[in-house]
Amino acid sequence: MKTPPATPEVDRAEDSGVPPERSRSVLREIVSGDALAGVLAVLLAVFVGSVMIAATDETVRETAGYLTARPSDFLTALWDAVSGAYSAMFRGAIFNYNLADPAQQWRPLTETLKFAGPLILGGLGVGLAFRAALFNIGGRGQMLIAGGAAGYVGFQLDLPTIVHLPLAIVVGMVAGALWGGIAGLLKARTGAHEVIVTIMLNYVAYYLLFWALTKDWLLKTPGSVNPKSPPMKETATLPRVLGEQFNLHLGFVLALVAVGVVWWLLNRSTLGYRIRAVGENPHAARASGINVGRTYTVVMMVAGSLLGLAGVNQVLGTVSSGVSLDLDASIGFDAITVALLGRSRPLGILAAGLLFGAFKAGGFTMQASENISVDLVLVVQSLIVLFLAAPPLVRAIFRLPAQEAK
Amino acid sequence: MRLVLRGITKRFGSVVANDSISLTVEPGEIHCLLGENGAGKSTLMNVLYGLYKADEGEIELDGEVQHFTGPGDAMAAGIGMVHQHFMLIPVFTVAENVMLGNETTGFAGTLDLEAASARVTEISERFGFHVRPDAVVEDLPVGVQQRVEIIKALSRDAELLVFDEPTAVLTPQETDELMDIMRQLREAGKAIVFITHKLREVREVADRITVIRHGKVVGEADPKASNAELASMMVGRPVELVVHKDAPTLGEDALVVRDLRVVDVAGHTQVDGISFTIRAGEVLAVAGVQGNGQTELTEALLGLQDDVSGSITLDGVELVGRTTRKILDAGVGFIPEDRQVDGLVPGFTIAENLMLNRSFRSPFVKNGSLRLGALRAFAEKKLKEYDVRARDIDSLAANLSGGNQQKVVVARELSRDLRLLVAAQPTRGVDVGSIEFIHKQIVATRDSRIPVLVVSTELDEVVALADRIMVLYRGRVVGIVPADTPRETLGLMMTGERPKDLKDVVA
Repeated sequence: MKTPPATPEVDRAEDSGVPPERSRSVLREIVSGDALAGVLAVLLAVFVGSVMIAATDETVRETAGYLTARPSDFLTALWDAVSGAYSAMFRGAIFNYNLADPAQQWRPLTETLKFAGPLILGGLGVGLAFRAALFNIGGRGQMLIAGGAAGYVGFQLDLPTIVHLPLAIVVGMVAGALWGGIAGLLKARTGAHEVIVTIMLNYVAYYLLFWALTKDWLLKTPGSVNPKSPPMKETATLPRVLGEQFNLHLGFVLALVAVGVVWWLLNRSTLGYRIRAVGENPHAARASGINVGRTYTVVMMVAGSLLGLAGVNQVLGTVSSGVSLDLDASIGFDAITVALLGRSRPLGILAAGLLFGAFKAGGFTMQASENISVDLVLVVQSLIVLFLAAPPLVRAIFRLPAQEAK
Repeated sequence: MRLVLRGITKRFGSVVANDSISLTVEPGEIHCLLGENGAGKSTLMNVLYGLYKADEGEIELDGEVQHFTGPGDAMAAGIGMVHQHFMLIPVFTVAENVMLGNETTGFAGTLDLEAASARVTEISERFGFHVRPDAVVEDLPVGVQQRVEIIKALSRDAELLVFDEPTAVLTPQETDELMDIMRQLREAGKAIVFITHKLREVREVADRITVIRHGKVVGEADPKASNAELASMMVGRPVELVVHKDAPTLGEDALVVRDLRVVDVAGHTQVDGISFTIRAGEVLAVAGVQGNGQTELTEALLGLQDDVSGSITLDGVELVGRTTRKILDAGVGFIPEDRQVDGLVPGFTIAENLMLNRSFRSPFVKNGSLRLGALRAFAEKKLKEYDVRARDIDSLAANLSGGNQQKVVVARELSRDLRLLVAAQPTRGVDVGSIEFIHKQIVATRDSRIPVLVVSTELDEVVALADRIMVLYRGRVVGIVPADTPRETLGLMMTGERPKDLKDVVA
């Protein structure tokens, strides 16, 4: 009889292709936290961002030099810097009160929605995988492959809109699904960790697309030296939904539909039930006749198709001038943040995607009018993740009661 | 050392875990704290040990009021704790574990291992523990590991020893040895607090018994009180400890297992050529010390083991090689030995847990979507039928007590159209009231002519439920004997010895 009081969970995990307990419990913690912690993390990040704006502002630093002599100068400069930055962000993201034309005043909001679309789609793809306790870091690769495939259909074929656009969308989603499915299948069959596999597949996708963009018979524009495809045919581009004066295209509507579909999938479908069961307790799922490996594969395929749709959104909508290597515009990674902030719930992801879309749209105006680096937005986004990943820290700062176990 | 607890109250949010508990423990006495799981025994001891701070009340040792801020203070004051889950480092030797946290160091901070070894040897010899200081802890049997914990406490001159559910992990023999150790410690003048919910152990060693229920002291019991009296004090109502069952009405051979072999991932043969038969309407109970192939046997029956050879037929249908889902669909009900791991999804509601193994077919599934209405109605019904104490069907399984969690598992399995029930440790970590209920359900299942396989490491449970008993040792069948076989014989068989005149019974 040799039964040391070690960790039987971990031993069992190895024989059933189930991830070890610790990484799952961290994931569960992140996923199951409440909305309040998310809101507080955003507020805290914005506050730290303000400190950075102030600290890097010329006038603030100057006035700080004679702070004791005339503190009012310093305080005024402080207020000007911070309020200037955030009002610029507001003008860039929601409503520009400096303009006269009412339609143009609301233009920033449409920009926010345009940026939010792919973030929501990507967030859904990452968040869905989170619910099965899978870390899908492969958003970038899934977007690139999907974008390339949809782009090929988009500029190569000559079809009426009614066929061409849906076909390009579906091809892109299928390509993303297959690319995501590779990671799921490898995990199911060999136990290879999805984090490593998806990260590596990002590189494979990047260089695959690079290669395709150097071949005339694939994606490259014949006669050009740049690794870029020809622009999309009119029949394959996502139509603008608010008229030609606004850039907002059908992609955002697709994102809203996807939120509804994923919500139904998770909360009302048997597949979603099994996904959640596998994510919460793969041992019990297995003992209840659920094929854990197959569930992993299916989840990664659905996640890949959602990120694929994000890639399609870029190629056929936002940047329809042709497929290029930077089509993912770092959405594949931002999607992780969106999913975390949205607590992997479809409606939470919708809200988080809108917020990040606003950051993106507003960041440009902030840089243009206040000369504050657009990187500040990145810093704020990163801080949000940091504060989300450290709930005890946020709780301590806001003096919330700890979640004491009985 | 004389311990007095006065009016200890500990609250967690709105839950009162200890409600003004007072208790006196004299030196040279074994004082039993008897109560169900969740009655507040462990909370009280954690207050005593400085892990929790009491909201009200005081702790007095030999007439002096103590203010512990952590276990370090409690240890320094002479309190030693033997936890249910050992606080030992598996790869360290006994001596290293004993000195951990209290290291004596020599020149330039070098560890004085020799002094620690000498201390272990001294204590071990004084109480007859037979523990070698240079043995590595992970190589020791569980019972000996527990003695290391005791040595650790004694090496710090503990005068008051607290044993928190110490027998949960022990074999019957190891339990007897622990009882002897506790008696010796009493003779040596130590004060002992013994926390348990097992009545037999209490009656065996206790000098005084304090019963705790719902965080309050219900009263003191006489060590000579009967099991039934103690149980009813613990639960708060009369409890039937004996399982009433009629003679079985046996049917056809239902489950036939032939020459079953299971090899685990590490390549060890865990089940080594087992053959047995269960007839319809019969309970075959598997007895044996934990880790003798029982887990692998039940998992093989459910298709959860990969390397299985031999044959398992249920009503003539071969189950070896089938997926778990097909086996469940063939009508096998499964109460797994660890509900937290294999039985429940803690983050799911009661309702969601009730459909866990029916996520593919009706009645809760239609065209790939959930029929939440049907599920809710079903859950409401089962909540009442199985007396699951929860706020409602949307309560998370994680928030239920052990007994109520197990009732959810039992309700789920018994609500299906069964042809075989496999119940592994069906009442482990379950309160007395729920044990009674679950046992009745198992007997009712057998009476409805369903074959039942019960696996239990509690001999009481095996004897109470079995029509026949199969004893396993190192993955082999020692013998299949009638339910009225004397306990001594069963105990002997559990160590692998087969009495010469033993005859196997074939149902």
